Amino acid sequence: MSLLELRGVTKRFGGLQAVGGMTFTIEKGEILGLIGPNGAGKTTIFNLINGFLTPTEGEILFKGELINGLKPFQVCRRGLARTFQVVKPLARLTVLENVMVSAFSRTDHRNEASRIALEATAFTEMEAWRDRLAGSLPLGMRKRLEMARALATRPDLLLLDENFAGLNPAEVEKTITIVRKIHASGVTILIIEHNMRVIMSISQRLLCVCYGEKISEGSPAEVANDPRVIEAYLGAAHA
Amino acid sequence: MTKSLAAALLSVTALALLPLFVSNTYVLHMLVMVLLWVLLGQSWNLLGGYTGQVSYGHAAFFGVGAYTTAIMVKSGLSPAMAWWGLLLGGILAALVGSVLGWICFRLRGPYFSLSILALSEVLRLIAVNWKDLTNGAEGILYIPAFNSKAAYYWIILALAAVSFLTIRAVMRSKFGFYFLAIREDQDCAESLGINTTKYKLYSLLISAFFTGVAGSFYMNYMGFIDPGIVFSLPDISIMMILCTMLGGAATMEGPAVGAVLYILMSEAFRVFLKSGHLLFFGILIIVIIIFFPQGIVGTLRERWAGRRLRAASPGISKEVA
Amino acid sequence: MSPQVAGQIELLGQVLISGILLGGLYALIGLGMSLIMGVMKIINLAHGELMMVAMYITYGMFTLWKVDPYVSLLVVCPAMFLLGIAIQKFLITPVMNADSVLPQNQVLLTVGIGLVLSNLALLLFTANYRSVPVSYASKTIYWDVKAGGQTISLSFSYPFLVAFGIAVFLGAALFLFLGMTDTGRMIRATAQDKRAASLLGINTKRITYITFGLGAALVGAAGALLDPVYYLYPQIGGPFTSKAFVITVLGGLGNIPGAVLGGLVLGLAESLGSVYVSLGYKDAFGFIIFVLVLIFLPKGLLGKGRA
Repeated sequence: MSLLELRGVTKRFGGLQAVGGMTFTIEKGEILGLIGPNGAGKTTIFNLINGFLTPTEGEILFKGELINGLKPFQVCRRGLARTFQVVKPLARLTVLENVMVSAFSRTDHRNEASRIALEATAFTEMEAWRDRLAGSLPLGMRKRLEMARALATRPDLLLLDENFAGLNPAEVEKTITIVRKIHASGVTILIIEHNMRVIMSISQRLLCVCYGEKISEGSPAEVANDPRVIEAYLGAAHA
Repeated sequence: MTKSLAAALLSVTALALLPLFVSNTYVLHMLVMVLLWVLLGQSWNLLGGYTGQVSYGHAAFFGVGAYTTAIMVKSGLSPAMAWWGLLLGGILAALVGSVLGWICFRLRGPYFSLSILALSEVLRLIAVNWKDLTNGAEGILYIPAFNSKAAYYWIILALAAVSFLTIRAVMRSKFGFYFLAIREDQDCAESLGINTTKYKLYSLLISAFFTGVAGSFYMNYMGFIDPGIVFSLPDISIMMILCTMLGGAATMEGPAVGAVLYILMSEAFRVFLKSGHLLFFGILIIVIIIFFPQGIVGTLRERWAGRRLRAASPGISKEVA
Repeated sequence: MSPQVAGQIELLGQVLISGILLGGLYALIGLGMSLIMGVMKIINLAHGELMMVAMYITYGMFTLWKVDPYVSLLVVCPAMFLLGIAIQKFLITPVMNADSVLPQNQVLLTVGIGLVLSNLALLLFTANYRSVPVSYASKTIYWDVKAGGQTISLSFSYPFLVAFGIAVFLGAALFLFLGMTDTGRMIRATAQDKRAASLLGINTKRITYITFGLGAALVGAAGALLDPVYYLYPQIGGPFTSKAFVITVLGGLGNIPGAVLGGLVLGLAESLGSVYVSLGYKDAFGFIIFVLVLIFLPKGLLGKGRA
């Protein structure tokens, strides 16, 4: 049984189809990269998986169970976490308190939540920032906070939405290391990313989306050389 | 025990001993009113300041609490027995709160605020029109059970202290973290595993309960209520917001500070100017919002710079309003 | 047709007429708030108090100089326009971008403004009811309809009829203004997307001043029109703010036809409700419809969207 499976998932907003007939699976322990030109529907796919949107057609199965129509907090409880492309720190809480909030999804006790949060911030190398107000963090650390928060919910599947956007090269390297650490600890990862170098080096498999539809799937090398993918990004002349 | 909890308990003890030295009924009355508004401000603050759901309709709960006790007496219970109305009033207010919350929490931000205002006004109209139950606009009148002001003082002191300790405990627990997360970013909170509707309701239930208790106390203390007093939008709902904002929303001490100032100012106006206090409060609201949106406690906290003060604050380092 | 049935039809007809005429006036009140909410996304809880100010100005002009309310519109509207600009410029704009724990500080600010306005009026005019006793205050126009062998007599209150007419005129003028003038287009652009509008070179700050001024002028006009038929006292504003808000939500923010429809719906609901259900709960009908619409029709009656 795949960890996550999408079967013919379609999402329409009135007359506009944002995602059409999306079908793919993610196996436990994989890193699957999701690429595609801007506006292709990648974040919409995340929103559908995460519960912010409900599919117009099709099914989404997580751990073999249908999760269509579940609310985001219910999806989270089942072991699926996500970060946001537009970062959403809980601004007036400290970094540690931010992570404790998500840690509480696994425990009711403050001490236990604190322990989990300390672990997650250590894992994402944010110890030095623990007592800083989340609203005062620079962008790179906010993105790191998103990851720490997602980790504290002890997910089986982690959806990373453009975690690398806006980072300088040093931060990119550090974040790659952390993502690999997370993967090594047993978390399956689905990642959206525009930074080609990053996503090619991290992903085991790639999936390319264009106008809401899957146009290519396979190993990074296969997908990168697929003429349909090149056409989608650079136009038909280069295919 | 943290320093500030110790400070709070010390002040409660000191306040409790006060009537042994002060017997002036006017002063005691003022203290009772201050403590009543401390209770009200704290209750509103839980939902508004900490959970970020700004309610313009808390008079609904005050009124339900007041009328619970009033109707108990009207149906024949003696005023002394009507003290059970405190508990019952709080419970009924919480029940009404759950209904109002169930309806209004589908809406966010100002739409929530105004829908709960609308429903609070509907309750007021019901209280005016359902004469068999409430005596309508004539109100309900009876002689309070106790003669000495001190008795009422101790009761309201106990109520204010209990609510303070309860809210403090709640904010230090998982509930507190969840409330703050909802306030900061509701969508993010959902993604982090929080059933935001459920927790907003919890916050409202506690807030409504204590407000209802306050209403019940008010009935027992004043001996007279009518719909225009206890379900009043400007005098109750809006003043609860003013008290909290004046003192500082999302701080434990803010409502208390706000209550003291509110009563002092109200009284000063009543004595010296006979009227015009609402005009002054209107101007005060404008001034606070433009110049001191964090309220007195919040602004002072900011001036004295976070970290050291946060460590000393009552266990909730998130109180950086 | 029997006399009893005719009587019922007459009553129903009367109720519907009152509801529609009242609705026209309500629509005017709601238009201003809808515009303000559509463009600035703030809720003006001082809306009713602005109307009250206009009513007192009209009252003053009538009492001192015998100026007919309909004529004083020419003074009241510009005056309210200026007042609106002043409020937006000096009080609301400073707060628009401030960050604080309590969200929607702007709303609370307008509550403060409302309190100040109504209590200033209390100070200046006392709580005594005032009236503007124009000669035509109780003038009625009758219309007899013959049907089924019976005569159904319907009466139209003259002041309400005139008010309805002027409201329709102003509403149409506003619609044309928004649709066809440059300023109107700028207002609509700002309402749709403030940031984009400012990037396109629109002085959005100035637009917000004008919009608030317009909103105030519209509700001021409603106030002047209301003076002949309502007793005036400082607290009169409150219920009308609520009604304006109901209408705005019913119609969808910034939606002119929607606000008109919302006004009519509210007028009819109150009229029908107060006659057939209970007079005491008249104000409650608006509230109940309001909450129901918010829950079941979040995009308003016309499905045109909400902020």
